[in-house]
Amino acid sequence: MTLTDHLPILPIVIPALAAPVTLMLMRRHPAWGISAAFASCLAMLVAALALLGFAGDGIVHVYEVGEWPAPFGIVLVADRLSAIMLTLAATLALIALLHAVVTGADRKGWHFHPLFQFQLMGLNGAFLTGDLFNLFVFFEVLLIASYGLLLHGQGPARLKAGVQYVVVNLVGSSLFLIALGLLYSLTGTLNMADMGVRVAGIAAEDQGLLRIAALLLAGVFAIKAAIVPLHLWLPRTYDVATPAVAALFAIMTKVGVYSLIRVVPQVFGEGAGAAAWAPAPFLMPAAMVTAAVGFVGVFVARSFSEQAAYAVIGSTGTLLIAVAGWQEATLGAALYYLVHSTLAGAALFLVSDVIARRRGGSTDNTSSGPDFADRQLVGLLFMAAAIAASGLPPLSGFIGKLLILKSVSALPDWGWAFGVILVTTLIGVIGFARAGSAVFWRAAPQTGESPVPPAPRADMAAAAIALALLATLSAGAGVASAYAGAAAGQVLDRAAAARAVLGEAAP
Amino acid sequence: MTYEFLVASSIGVLVAGGIYLSMRARTFQVVLGLTLFSYAVNLFLFASGRLALNRPPIWDKAVTEYTDPLPQALVLTAIVITFGMTAFVVILALRSFLETGSDHVDGDNVPCDGDDGEAGRGE
Repeated sequence: MTLTDHLPILPIVIPALAAPVTLMLMRRHPAWGISAAFASCLAMLVAALALLGFAGDGIVHVYEVGEWPAPFGIVLVADRLSAIMLTLAATLALIALLHAVVTGADRKGWHFHPLFQFQLMGLNGAFLTGDLFNLFVFFEVLLIASYGLLLHGQGPARLKAGVQYVVVNLVGSSLFLIALGLLYSLTGTLNMADMGVRVAGIAAEDQGLLRIAALLLAGVFAIKAAIVPLHLWLPRTYDVATPAVAALFAIMTKVGVYSLIRVVPQVFGEGAGAAAWAPAPFLMPAAMVTAAVGFVGVFVARSFSEQAAYAVIGSTGTLLIAVAGWQEATLGAALYYLVHSTLAGAALFLVSDVIARRRGGSTDNTSSGPDFADRQLVGLLFMAAAIAASGLPPLSGFIGKLLILKSVSALPDWGWAFGVILVTTLIGVIGFARAGSAVFWRAAPQTGESPVPPAPRADMAAAAIALALLATLSAGAGVASAYAGAAAGQVLDRAAAARAVLGEAAP
Repeated sequence: MTYEFLVASSIGVLVAGGIYLSMRARTFQVVLGLTLFSYAVNLFLFASGRLALNRPPIWDKAVTEYTDPLPQALVLTAIVITFGMTAFVVILALRSFLETGSDHVDGDNVPCDGDDGEAGRGE
């Protein structure tokens, strides 16, 4: 086998090797440790981009771990959707790592870099695996690392939020296992492609169990994606996390969305009996309420990081309105918006940190305070991030929302979708404008406390890079949305995926 | 009483107890609830390979009937993960209690009431 045959496993192996290396180096030679972390993220980005190119030919690349044939061994499946998610994860990781290193956030506690690498390993594994139990294992890997990252920097607020976050996710993991047990006892397989083939032949008396399993699994993914009413853990958690960590967490809700997009069409698609598209009727209303709750949260948030957390919820809702259509056009629009909203959410968190670092005592709350350094420059940065997150031109949020609106207009209940997306966008714009004008345009009189010494402007770099990438995504919208559309077509064509995974013998 | 009834009812009792305790306000009770819930999940996973008595999970010359070995491997994975997570959540709850002075899950300093058990009597 050549190196290209091993390409699909590289995004898992690289961080798995880099994590212990950084752990050992950070004790004595922090500069080497940081270089190792950057090298690992760069290598991941290169591997992901190579996969993006390879998957572009429309063939589903299957990697059999240990060369065990498909339904018995664990397979990694690299198709267009996986390649998009891997590239997004590696890009976001580089941005978050840059911000953490520049602001010194990685030195506020031990083991930031090893945890960061393990988090990436879990994310990449979840995006690649073609086995449902393996998906659970990678979920656990990314969650365990995220517990450590969330608590990074310590403090009572983080511990409080940490307990809630861990408890919610432990319950979610238990429900995931129950769903897996049900599915295994019904189908006798854990391979997603094989399961998709076998659900068609399930006896009539077991249809109820199958439906329960489908809904449980969708519920677990909904917890990860923070869909209303399962979103309550998110705002507090993301608000208190170190901003660089919160920026990386912007992709965590997208893992839930990815899992829905991957599992529902493949396993519970057409011909799955009582479970066929079982989560679909619940998803559309939940997505609309999620969008509304998220952007109303943006309006009422008391700090910029809280506002960013609610923007993440709102964008997930908007995204799921398109996903819930379960058609090639809507899924394609959703995938484009997914890439955009992850980067936009990360940019908001990073900008909130840039603001907090300059305002000293008044931190990043959205009420006006004393004048601070670089007010205009930071204001511009915030405006760009707000434009991206709320979906105004010229950044890619506008194109993403336009694509979603265009694709959902073919759905029967398009009126509701249109209303919700347009009204929530307006609420979001007003919310961002209100917070921005209070902080950047209205200076409260100096209250005697000494002004914060101006920080070097290097800490704006990470946020600026994220925003520049959004501008690139906007300029290259034709290419990006064509790739996303092709990825959506590949996800919905489950016969092709089954053939690729199980060999030509599959029906 | 059949074997199936025994397994099913024990899973049911564990889940009921686990869910009740998970919804309590204090971290210690929540941790206990999560532990009970994970026991139930492990039993359930184990039963998902069908309940069979006196059958080997691995190859044996003398027998022709086997029990499914995969759920046992899955349960092993699940036990390892939940064990680690329980240890972590105990430490986290302890740290949270020591730093914030409150063992309420929502972090508020709520005065203890009679329903909270032992902790209430100290005041």
